[in-house]
Amino acid sequence: MLDVRVTPGAAVDQSNTDVIQGTLDMLILKSLSLQPMHGYGIARRIEQISRGVFKVNPGSLLTALKRLERAGWLDAEWRQTENSRRAKFYGLTRAGRKQLEVETADWTRRVSAVARLLKAEG
Amino acid sequence: MSLWRQLARGLRALTHRSAADRDLSDEVEHYLDQAAAAHRAQGLSPEEALRAARLELGGVTGVKERVRGYGWENTVEVLLADLRYAARRLRAEPGFTAVAVLTLAVGIGATTAIFSAVNPILFQPLPYPHAGRVLMIWDIGPDGSRLEATFGTYQELAARSRSLAALAVMKPWHPTILGAAEPERLEGQRVSAGYLKVLGVPPAIGQDFQAADDRPGGPSVVILSDALWRRRFGGDRAIVGRPITLDGGSRVVVGVMPPGFENVLAPSADLWAPLGYDMSQGRAWGHHLQMVARVRAGVGTDQAKRELAAIASSPVSDFPRAAWAALENGFRVSTLQSDLTEGVRPALLAILGAVLLVLAIACVNVTNLLLARGVRRRGEFALRAALGAGHGRLIRQLLTESLLLAAVGGVVGMAVALLGVRALLALSPPGLPRASAIEVDGFAFAFGLGITTLIGLAFGLTPALQAARGDPQGSIEHGSRRTTGGRRHTRGALVVAEVALALVLLVSSGLLLRSLQRLFEVEVGFDAAGLLTMQVQTSGERFADDSSRLRFFAQALDAVRRVPGVTQAALTSQLPLSGDLDLYGVHFDPAPSNDPGQDRGTFRYAVSPGYVETMRVPLRRGRLLGEQDRAGAPRAALISESVAKRRLPGLDPIGQRLRIGPADSEPYTIVGVVGDVKQVSLALNEPDAVYITGAQWHFPDASMSLVVRGRGDPVSLVPAIQRAVWSVDKGQAIVRVATMDDLLAASEAERRFALTVFQAFGLVALVLAAAGIYGVLAGSVAERTREIGVRAALGASRGTILALVLRQGMALAALGVAVGVAGAAAATQAIAAMLYGVSRLDPATYFGVIALLAGMAAIACAVPALRAARVDPAIALRGE
Repeated sequence: MLDVRVTPGAAVDQSNTDVIQGTLDMLILKSLSLQPMHGYGIARRIEQISRGVFKVNPGSLLTALKRLERAGWLDAEWRQTENSRRAKFYGLTRAGRKQLEVETADWTRRVSAVARLLKAEG
Repeated sequence: MSLWRQLARGLRALTHRSAADRDLSDEVEHYLDQAAAAHRAQGLSPEEALRAARLELGGVTGVKERVRGYGWENTVEVLLADLRYAARRLRAEPGFTAVAVLTLAVGIGATTAIFSAVNPILFQPLPYPHAGRVLMIWDIGPDGSRLEATFGTYQELAARSRSLAALAVMKPWHPTILGAAEPERLEGQRVSAGYLKVLGVPPAIGQDFQAADDRPGGPSVVILSDALWRRRFGGDRAIVGRPITLDGGSRVVVGVMPPGFENVLAPSADLWAPLGYDMSQGRAWGHHLQMVARVRAGVGTDQAKRELAAIASSPVSDFPRAAWAALENGFRVSTLQSDLTEGVRPALLAILGAVLLVLAIACVNVTNLLLARGVRRRGEFALRAALGAGHGRLIRQLLTESLLLAAVGGVVGMAVALLGVRALLALSPPGLPRASAIEVDGFAFAFGLGITTLIGLAFGLTPALQAARGDPQGSIEHGSRRTTGGRRHTRGALVVAEVALALVLLVSSGLLLRSLQRLFEVEVGFDAAGLLTMQVQTSGERFADDSSRLRFFAQALDAVRRVPGVTQAALTSQLPLSGDLDLYGVHFDPAPSNDPGQDRGTFRYAVSPGYVETMRVPLRRGRLLGEQDRAGAPRAALISESVAKRRLPGLDPIGQRLRIGPADSEPYTIVGVVGDVKQVSLALNEPDAVYITGAQWHFPDASMSLVVRGRGDPVSLVPAIQRAVWSVDKGQAIVRVATMDDLLAASEAERRFALTVFQAFGLVALVLAAAGIYGVLAGSVAERTREIGVRAALGASRGTILALVLRQGMALAALGVAVGVAGAAAATQAIAAMLYGVSRLDPATYFGVIALLAGMAAIACAVPALRAARVDPAIALRGE
């Protein structure tokens, strides 16, 4: 009866308005560029660094992590936590690092283009 | 993105579902924990922190569902779930499932079986390299009929043609093999040296014939088939170069053919020897050789045909031609494949058409069943739609169900196909080309799979669209009221289609049946009843001189006549309606001024005295052949009435002289005229015949057929007759033992084959159409129980209600009949070539079939109608 499916490969969930469309992947990769983290840690970090501007939808985050892992940009590792639960830690792979550079460069190009446009209009 | 990683991870997730689920659970739980911990750190109580975390997450199940929804494996999972659900649904309705699966299995199985048979014969190329370049070449008789080639023509073409890479002539050969094992009579071919080059298949071991092998008195060599090599010689490669004993002489094995070699021109041939054609026999111009050619690479077959025609029309002095092989009408040239399949093509295409009709009926029937089921399941779909399942989701579920049904039907159908192919081979006419290639192979399997899928989609779509179109609210509200709407029209239309298709099939089988009846009413010109026939073949060195062969046959005939119970016996060089075709040119001397000439071959019978009497062919004038017509006596001949009427109009045939075969041969004097006899087939009228005694023929025939009449069942005489022949010489083969009635039946084997298949299909169609009408009416009565109850309560009598339902059913049947009659009138064009003595619009057949269908429809209507008439209004109305 349940008909909740996401088209595979969709970049970002439509319902997520908290993160700018198309940037979630880049933000995740950036967060992980310093050290491996678990899902909640990534969400927290994005919120903190953006000073609360971006709120990450957990469903979108976990789906994105699965997708990035499938794409080979992340690798995951299960670690035991202090209260003996299992936690999945994600880290960047070499391909992931490269992808981050590509996306960062792309983003910078877009932002400066938008900035130029806005200046010209203003 | 690595496709491989996608595939591997997806597969792992699929195969380790529980582990993947646990990982996801743990990850989400951990996320929740961390979130709750963060809230606690901000001062919330543990309960409040947990609640806040849950709120932030937005529902654990929802998140899991979203994450799980990512990846291709999810689509597979949904499909599997659909399949499981579909299987459960089908199991829950065993009656429906069984009927649908069986119907489909019959349709798919029959279609696959027929396709397996037709595909290698008509559609696949012959198993030779560039098979399209292999041509069959026939001489053309003055009446346009095809004649076997003469050796003279072969020599001329071999010398003059430039467009052919290889040319060959061949004739059948039946040597007896001797050796350590028992003597065995084999089938083989005497071929000119180029035969295997024409086919393009060289021997696997050893070598092909050399041009020098093929001359009279040339080296005694032989090539074996793989099967014979393994059977008789244990697959010993050293056999090549060694002699084997054939017909009392020895032949050196020069080659062994590859195991897969299919010799389509003589499928049971096991060995080949050079033709070694002896021109001095006076037979150089006999039409008794088959001729095949391979067109040179780079030359089109049309170009080759044009060259052959040009050669035919331009005789040169180097190659003088006999008058009856002057090639005045050119050649008949076609590819080997179309030549081989020419005879069976109409029957096979008609059968293919018939099986497609059966398949169509089966599909219509199952669609009908699915629609009826759809009506019963309206409530379920309405509920699912109301719960949020989209149209696409519902259609996909229904398509999954119908595809599953088709797949199960397809699997059972493959079993039906395997059985069906066996039945087809058992039924198939003896001359069916490439019968050995008929099997349910990969092609047939792919074909079966293809139609199964198409059927699944086709019949799934109609009910699926109908179900999806439904308005959920309306359906739930009215689900209990059994209203009937537009879908009844769809089902009615399907029943009309079914009846129409069944009628086309039944009319076709009816026409074939009547054709066969007409054929067996044909006067054959002799008394076939109680006539036993068999062929005695002579081989071996003891027959090196002509008189010993004649002596053997005379002694064998005497021995047979002495067998107790035998009343009449005679020998003949060929038997009418047995497939023998021994034709000669007949020329009168002096030629009558108004002789229309030799416009077709004349059947030559070299017989023992007493043949005409044994066959009970009536004598019209003059006398029969007797013991006085021995070698050295004045040459006497009998001619058939047709020859007397056509060739000697207004003349007294008795005393006229004629030559048979070579123009320089000694003439015969006509001593009598006998009745015409059917010779080639019951349908063909080719009665020209000439009878002479074997002793007065140019040379002794190597094999003669015995015709025997006796007291009681002639078949019971067979062992005694065989002993009598073998008492003269034990080494001679007796083959083709059959009653004349068997030969008559076999001469119409292709029509009978088509008829049997059509009858089987017609029966299936009749049953399916009946089931279709019954299904629709039964469903309709069930749906209208309330309405019928109201009518009954308002005073409608049982008779009225009975009539109401019957009228509904019979109206559908009548409409189907009308459509079907139009369809049959058009479709029977396909079988026109197989009809004999009956128009394809034969009213009696049409009325018979309509009556049959009407009767069947009435029975199918009667059961639901009676059920409707028994409806108790009180119960029907209270039931709602």
